[in-house]
Amino acid sequence: MISRRDFLKNAIKGIAGLSIPLSVIEIASPRKIFALNDVKAGVRWAFLIDTHKCVGCGLCVKACKTENEIPYDANVTRTWVERYVHLKDGRDFADTPKGGRDGFTTSKIDLGEGHYQNIDEKDIDKAFFVPKLCNQCENPPCVQVCPVGATFQTPEGVVLVDRSWCIGCGYCIMACPYGARFFHPVLHVAEKCTFCYHRVNRGLKPACVDACPFGARMIANIKDPGDPVTKIIMTERVNVLKSEYGTKPQAYYIGLDEEVR
Amino acid sequence: MKGHVWRPLYAVICLVVLVLAARYFMVPKDFGIYERGYMYGFHRKSAEDYWKAFKVKYQFNTDYCKDCHADKYSIMQTPHAIIHCENCHGPVLDHPSDPEKLTVDKKRELCLRCHYPLHYPTSGRANIRGVDPEKHNPGIECSTCHNPHMPSLEAMK
Repeated sequence: MISRRDFLKNAIKGIAGLSIPLSVIEIASPRKIFALNDVKAGVRWAFLIDTHKCVGCGLCVKACKTENEIPYDANVTRTWVERYVHLKDGRDFADTPKGGRDGFTTSKIDLGEGHYQNIDEKDIDKAFFVPKLCNQCENPPCVQVCPVGATFQTPEGVVLVDRSWCIGCGYCIMACPYGARFFHPVLHVAEKCTFCYHRVNRGLKPACVDACPFGARMIANIKDPGDPVTKIIMTERVNVLKSEYGTKPQAYYIGLDEEVR
Repeated sequence: MKGHVWRPLYAVICLVVLVLAARYFMVPKDFGIYERGYMYGFHRKSAEDYWKAFKVKYQFNTDYCKDCHADKYSIMQTPHAIIHCENCHGPVLDHPSDPEKLTVDKKRELCLRCHYPLHYPTSGRANIRGVDPEKHNPGIECSTCHNPHMPSLEAMK
C-alpha cells in the first residue's frame, strides 16, 4: 500500500521527469527570438492592380508562363485574367479561357465544356477585365495546412513552395480561397506565383508587371513609405479579394466590382 | 516496480530513441523555424536559394536592344511604345549569343489581343481601334500591310 507522502513525492518526480524532454526539444535561443521580433526587415512585397487599365490582352499570362517555365499549353497558370460582363437584365457572366493566355479575341463568353454565350453589345451595362494572381497573404492558409513544411513564407512575405520537399498531397490547393495554386503538370508538386522571387531579388520587376503595356499591374514594397506604388495603396481607395476569410491578402485592387470574387 | 511494467517501458524508450535518431539523420540540417515564425516560417532555408537562383528569361529593359536595333526605335514615337520588344519578339535570355535568333510572333492573334473590338463601356479596351478579323483581310499577317513599329494608318498611305 502506497502512503500519501510517497505518492506525492513520486508524482512530483514524475512530472519533473516528463517536463525535461519537452524543454530539450525546444531550447529558446536568443538569436531566434531576436529574428522573430525583428521589425526592421525592410522589405514586404505587395501587388497593386488597376482594373480600369486592363484591356485583357493577356500578355502578362504569356510572359509569366514563359518566365516561370509553366508548360505553355497545359491549362494551368500562375496568373490569369478574368472577364466580367454585367448585362442590363441583371445577368452576370465571367470567363477566363486558357487563363487569358491568348487574350480575349471574341465577344462570346466561354461557359466551359464547349458552350458559348453570345452577348449583344447593346445589352452590356458594364464589362471589364480583372487580372488575378497569388495574394501572398499575410496569414496564408495554404502554408498552415502543409503537413511536411514544404511551403512557407519568406521574410519578404512571399509564399514559396519547396519543390524537392513537397509530397504532392494537394492540401494547399484545397486551402487557397483564391484558387491560386495548382499542380505542376510535369514536376507533380504544388505550384504557385512567387511574385517572380528570382527577379525581385535581382532588382527587376515581376515578368507580368513589366509585360503589361498599360501599367495595370504594379509591385510595391509596402514597408518603404517612399515607394510610389505604396503611396497609392496607402492613400487611395483600394480593395482586396475575400477579406472576410481573414487571410490579409496583399494584392490590392483599384476599381474592384461587387461581382469579382 | 515489477518486470511487467519495465519491459514495455523499455520498448517505448527504445522506440522514442529510434525515432529521434531517424529524425536526426533524415531531416535536412537547414530545416527550421525562420523569420516568419513557427506557423508560416517552418521550412528548409535552401529552398529560398532555389527560387532566388531561378533563371531570368525576360530582360524587359527598353535599352537592351538599342545597340544593334536602333533603327526599330521609331516605335518610341508611336502608341506602340508602351509594348516592350520582348512581348512580340520573345524572351531575350542571352541573345544574341543564346539564342542567336529570337522567335518573333507574327500571328494575327497577337495583334488581336488588343485590336479585336470589344466595346466594353467600363474598360480601357473600348478606346483601342479594332478590326473584325473575319472581314478584314483574313488569312494574311497584319505586318504585310501594317508596320508594327510605325502603326499609324496615316503613314500607310
